[in-house]
Amino acid sequence: MSLCTQTRFAAALADPAVAVPPGLTAWNGLQPQRRFAVYRNNVVVGLTGAIASRFPAAQTIVGEAFFSAMAAEFIRVHPPRSPLLLSYGDDFADFVERFEPANDIAYLPDVIRLEAARGKAYHAADVAPLDAAKLAALPPERLADLVFVPHPSLSILRSPHPLVTIWAMNAGEAELRSIEDWTAEDAMVARPHMTVEVRRMPPGGAVFLQALASGERLATAVEHAIENASAFDLSANLAGALQTGAFIAFH
Amino acid sequence: MKFSDLPRRAGVGFKPEHFPAINAEPQPIGFFEVHAENYMGAGGPPHAQLGKLRQDYALSIHGVGLSIGSVQPLDREHLSRLKIVCDRYEPESFSEHLAWSTHDRVFLNDLLPLPYTDQTLASVADHIDQVQETLKRQMLLENPATYLLFAESTLEETEFLTEVVRRTGCGLLLDINNVFVASTNHHMHPGDYLARFPVEAVSEIHLSGHSETVDDAGAPLLIDSHDTPVKDPVWALYAALIARIGPVATLIEWDNDVPAWSVLSAEAQAADEILKNTNKRRAA
Repeated sequence: MSLCTQTRFAAALADPAVAVPPGLTAWNGLQPQRRFAVYRNNVVVGLTGAIASRFPAAQTIVGEAFFSAMAAEFIRVHPPRSPLLLSYGDDFADFVERFEPANDIAYLPDVIRLEAARGKAYHAADVAPLDAAKLAALPPERLADLVFVPHPSLSILRSPHPLVTIWAMNAGEAELRSIEDWTAEDAMVARPHMTVEVRRMPPGGAVFLQALASGERLATAVEHAIENASAFDLSANLAGALQTGAFIAFH
Repeated sequence: MKFSDLPRRAGVGFKPEHFPAINAEPQPIGFFEVHAENYMGAGGPPHAQLGKLRQDYALSIHGVGLSIGSVQPLDREHLSRLKIVCDRYEPESFSEHLAWSTHDRVFLNDLLPLPYTDQTLASVADHIDQVQETLKRQMLLENPATYLLFAESTLEETEFLTEVVRRTGCGLLLDINNVFVASTNHHMHPGDYLARFPVEAVSEIHLSGHSETVDDAGAPLLIDSHDTPVKDPVWALYAALIARIGPVATLIEWDNDVPAWSVLSAEAQAADEILKNTNKRRAA
């Protein structure tokens, strides 16, 4: 095959408006339209399936037909640049944010971000989370200067929508019901062991964890958290973070 | 160089949803096969499951993304990832496809066909050399299921594969469902194809299901869909081949509409019966 044959084949795969390339035949001598369509279909169905398998809650929200059309447009504009499909679609939320037909569903991009974070956590390196007893054994005067090492599976998401509630209801984790109290919800995603955990953050919790995960001292992280939410409860947040395996070490 | 060395028994393609059933008790399964690309993450449940399976069973790692049939250079990063997976699990066998799936770095996620010419032969042989040198092991190359032909082809697929084996020393993975699908699609007799196939290089066989449609002229067009039990004509070709060449490691592939473990396991037992009976006849 010359490079030209391969280039024409690939171009015709990507765009159904492009005619079947010359030089392709069938035993009966006919133009192999339907035969070529098998490959076109395999490409679209395969990649759409890869996206759908990463974002099942988003698919539940918009329905299968809408999701497939949206995914097909994403694939056309952002085809995968690697055979490693585990991370294909990491930028799907940014695409959906600008995808006009989905504009009515303002929370959809954040649900997709949460599902992308779950995927990242699922495949992240296996590291034992920090043992809370080690922290408890420290003299209190050392706490303020502690710096924590985040778990490789950790993501923190901030949303102006009831993100965790919406995700849980569309992921089969909670019963579908109307949301009376439409409030902002921040989320933490981590996989301390073999199960990916999604947790709704208490007030100030996301800012606190984001600061710690970016390498701020504990005292500085607490300041940020209180600025964000005066009701910030340090001991509850720290205990929650340790329970969910947010960190692997401190120094 | 490490040679492909699967037990001459029936195995199945591993699906994570079957893990609890498989792990509950020892299974009469000769080996498991996994797609390499599903184990290229750093950690998590996929590696935990495969690590456990590896302790108890022989393993075949089957790549679906290397694009060996492309006229463009291999993706070195992807080859390095394959090496990491092979070094981690030390499988009895590594295989890939006579197909391309990447063009200008865009991954098309399908096993696309290539014409069989001196030029593609040289490029495929170079790519296989590069894979075998990097992995320090013999690889098996799988014959494709194809839906159309190239006017520029000058070699039969079986001639092409024979020459690839001669030049590179690779082994072959003979997919009998692909033989049946492609032969039907190209109006040829699958028995003729198998008679010309370089069977002495075959170290593994694949069996799977296919679906049926028609082409523009209403002629049968079979699709390699891996979503049904193995069809009767494929079993018949398989039994005849095993009777001729003796037992070969045989995989049941079922990737879509995956059935309960008991159904998949029963398919493997059916293949195992054919392998065992051949052994008995040969011993007699």
